[in-house]
Amino acid sequence: MKNMIDAMTHETRAPETTPSAPKMTARGVSVFYGDKKAIDDVSIDISQENVTAFIGPSGCGKSTFLRTLNRMNDTIASARVEGSIELDGEDIYASSMDVVQLRARVGMVFQKPNPFPKSIYENVAYGPRIHGLAAGKTEMDRVVEKSLRRAGLWDEVKDRLQDSGTALSGGQQQRLCIARAIAVDPEVILMDEPCSALDPIATAKIEELIHELRGRYAIVIVTHNMQQAARVSQRTAFFHLGNLVEYGDTSEIFTNPRETRTKDYITGRYG
Amino acid sequence: MSDIARIPTDWKTDAMQRRIRRRYAAERRFRLIGLGAVLLSAAFLAFLLITMMANGLRGFTQTEVRLDIDFAASDLFLDPATLQGPNVDRALASVNIDGVVRNAAETQYEGVSRLLSDAAWLRVREAIKDDPSILTRTETFWLPASDHIDVAAKGEGAPEAEAAYDRLQAAEAVKTGFNGRFLSAADATDPTVVGIWGALKGSLLTMAVTIALAFPIGVLSAVYLEEYAARNRWTDMIEVSINNLAAVPSIIFGLLGLAVFLNFMHLPRSAPLVGGMVLALMTMPVIVIAGRNAIKSVPPSIRDAALGIGASRIQVVFHHVLPLALPGILTGTIIGMARALGETAPLLMIGMRAFIATPPGGITDPATVLPVQIYLWSDEVSRGFVEKTSAAIIVLLIFLLAMNGLAIYLRNKFERRW
Repeated sequence: MKNMIDAMTHETRAPETTPSAPKMTARGVSVFYGDKKAIDDVSIDISQENVTAFIGPSGCGKSTFLRTLNRMNDTIASARVEGSIELDGEDIYASSMDVVQLRARVGMVFQKPNPFPKSIYENVAYGPRIHGLAAGKTEMDRVVEKSLRRAGLWDEVKDRLQDSGTALSGGQQQRLCIARAIAVDPEVILMDEPCSALDPIATAKIEELIHELRGRYAIVIVTHNMQQAARVSQRTAFFHLGNLVEYGDTSEIFTNPRETRTKDYITGRYG
Repeated sequence: MSDIARIPTDWKTDAMQRRIRRRYAAERRFRLIGLGAVLLSAAFLAFLLITMMANGLRGFTQTEVRLDIDFAASDLFLDPATLQGPNVDRALASVNIDGVVRNAAETQYEGVSRLLSDAAWLRVREAIKDDPSILTRTETFWLPASDHIDVAAKGEGAPEAEAAYDRLQAAEAVKTGFNGRFLSAADATDPTVVGIWGALKGSLLTMAVTIALAFPIGVLSAVYLEEYAARNRWTDMIEVSINNLAAVPSIIFGLLGLAVFLNFMHLPRSAPLVGGMVLALMTMPVIVIAGRNAIKSVPPSIRDAALGIGASRIQVVFHHVLPLALPGILTGTIIGMARALGETAPLLMIGMRAFIATPPGGITDPATVLPVQIYLWSDEVSRGFVEKTSAAIIVLLIFLLAMNGLAIYLRNKFERRW
């Protein structure tokens, strides 16, 4: 762990940019599952330009919080959200917010690669099709190609677009899921431990991809893996027991944490 | 802890060897019992099929007797010219064709009693209707023999019938062939001219009504309960009720149909419409249960994936969940339909056991269905009905087999792996 931090501080890193206005802002957000409070009073700004990492031990609520950002928690009957979350200054929990549109604007990549059991082409084309983003076959072909290229998958699958998406390897499946999220042209991409089911090589590819996508989309990534957070993110939020303990520049958090709990966690004292 | 010395296990002791032997013996014993069970059920099945085939295949054949009728010489006073237009039936009804046929049989085959089927003259009437010109000449007919002779032809008749049959055979006046009528006619009082088509068509119409009602309602209920309904006391109660409904004896559904559909709603009695509605009530819980299980087994990650790119609930259901659940839903549906196809009791309650001599034209016409037809024929005293009953069972089994085959085909067609 010590080596990792040293290595990281010496690495030349992309300079952190100071965001003009945050893409998403959360203020006093609490999430309840029935009577149980899973997230307690979290306030956080997510910037457009940076990759934001959520780290913390299992069950600390980081995934739960991530899922409130595109209202995926709505599907859980007992979940209840308090506080306010805004996307470009618009309250996403307001009754005027269309949840279907919100999820197109705030895309999501899940822990386990979950391509539809359909062809590779259909996987990517599905989103644009239901939102009516591409008129006609040629335009759809273009959208599919562009999305697969951005996800770094095009060269590997261009000759077998009609094969089933589930026949790809785990890492390819995850990149297909990223291509699928990109295809609807979102503003924010939420990634819920996108590499936890992948081998190191596939993980490296996804991390590379996150670097490339940075700036074009606001990216929020939840990860168990602190090295990964250090590698891919510019901002890091440390969650513990449903609280946001510390939030700051990644280099700061890993080298000079303000809170002892953060320090204990990143030095492997618990977690 | 350390004072318990580690003594190496001796696998060679007698006790140990005995234990191993006992274990293998138990394994062999269990395998033999399992094999025995399978063989026993296979033997029962084979016995059933072989008896059915042996009895039933004869039901598909029919003995016919040659009869020359000289219409010109007969006392049948019919002018071919009058046999035109709408008055044909009335003109034919006014003359005694039956008597002419009977006389011809008596003169040609003297001393043979009960030669022809009681319904044989109907075929002569049909022939006259088709071509009135035969009334001026001698025509040769092959007419259905009575079941008395028919059974003798198949080697199981009474001694005098056997003797008569031998005489006929010597004169080359008899033949046994495939009975096309059996597949195209409806019920009759005479076993030599009965057909299964009426009941088969009744079954088809009833099944059509059943599936048209039970499938959409069952699948929509399953989708609603799984995807939309909140988990609370009400949905728990609905779930328990549906599970109970699936186990209710079918005759109860028949009584319900009698009380509600016939007595209250005044729908036609004996009709495939009402039969289908009753069977739909019976089949629906099975479809709901199978549908819910199939929908439950669709991985939640697929729903998340679709929701995550902004699909609405209904798009998630119709684009992803239902296509993946379809094989399971179809299997459940066909199992329910197969049970409905073989159902007799509830249909007796709503009058589908009536004697119906013409195939139904639509779902509101009186009809009967295959299992009820089998039940009715098995009740008949006439010897000829025995083989007809078996033949009807074969038709029912083929129908069932076709349905199960369809289920397997559909399941494989829609099955997707991930």
